[in-house]
Amino acid sequence: MGKFKKSGKTEVGELNMSSLSDIVFMFLFFFMSVTTMKEVDLKVEVKVPQATELTKLEKKSLVTYIYIGKPNRQNRARMGSETRIQLNDKFAEVDEIQDYIAQEKGSMKEEDQPYMTVSLKIDRETSMGIVNDVKQALRKAYALKINYSAGRRDNSQMQ
Amino acid sequence: MAKKLPQPNTSSTADIAFLLLIFFLLTTTMDTDTGITRRLPPPVDEDVEQKVEERNTLVVLVSYDNRIMCEGEEIQLSELKDIAKEFIDNPNNSSRLPKKVPVTIEFLGDVEITKPHVISLQNDRATKYWRYMDVQNELIAAYNELRDELSLREFGKPYDELDEPHQKAVAAYYPQKISEAEPKTY
Repeated sequence: MGKFKKSGKTEVGELNMSSLSDIVFMFLFFFMSVTTMKEVDLKVEVKVPQATELTKLEKKSLVTYIYIGKPNRQNRARMGSETRIQLNDKFAEVDEIQDYIAQEKGSMKEEDQPYMTVSLKIDRETSMGIVNDVKQALRKAYALKINYSAGRRDNSQMQ
Repeated sequence: MAKKLPQPNTSSTADIAFLLLIFFLLTTTMDTDTGITRRLPPPVDEDVEQKVEERNTLVVLVSYDNRIMCEGEEIQLSELKDIAKEFIDNPNNSSRLPKKVPVTIEFLGDVEITKPHVISLQNDRATKYWRYMDVQNELIAAYNELRDELSLREFGKPYDELDEPHQKAVAAYYPQKISEAEPKTY
């Protein structure tokens, strides 16, 4: 009868956990390298227009952002509902742009300065008047490489 | 004999790594920024005015009520690309369209291109930004299509897949000349 030995409970071996931390570290490094911290708190509402001929913005460290739009709900009481410019974390006027650009340029490495790009995140419904004022200010500040931020248009139909 | 040190307990490294992982997971924004890249002209003195021949300019005007005027005629947005393409390329060497000048471009040899052409994009202060972007988009699409056609014809590949020196040659054949003039109030 002794062919099958009645074994007691089979002991399940302890799981080897030492590789777990390696796997987790791998994930960690992946996310660390793709992470870009959220830049600023938006104080204006920006819904960018859509386009088809887009280029990707590379090298985030060379990019400076200017936001133009109407103040969002939290700031509307204080700032009104006129279109405003936001630089970094605060509202600004057109004539402050030149100083802002100079300051941003100064904080870059010297060899990077000619490649500085200004990304204009402008709400669709903005009038061109303020956009033109900003553009003229950028020209004066010699920030000539600009990028009109836009999303991808899925369908090719146009208004 | 050296005293044997006890193995340190490593079971907590996974926990620490998890903590960091979750932090980066939450702060990651994967979105890539896209947009239309343009180059502004350097600042110039007000009184220096560049004279450009009439046949070499294409005036595109976006009015305060978001209508598009091209050379004095109202057009639809969908028509703009073809008008721009014909203007930039001047395939039949028409005397109304930009003058062709002979140049030498690497890989392409001696060619005649409409080098002096300028597309002048004008707008009113009240023009809406989305309309302006629509027009910009169409003009850039015109250039991109022409470049694609040329590189397919010459090198058998679309422009995006060419290597850099070839891309430069094609870009030199169709140089992008969109002038964003200062707005006028009409």
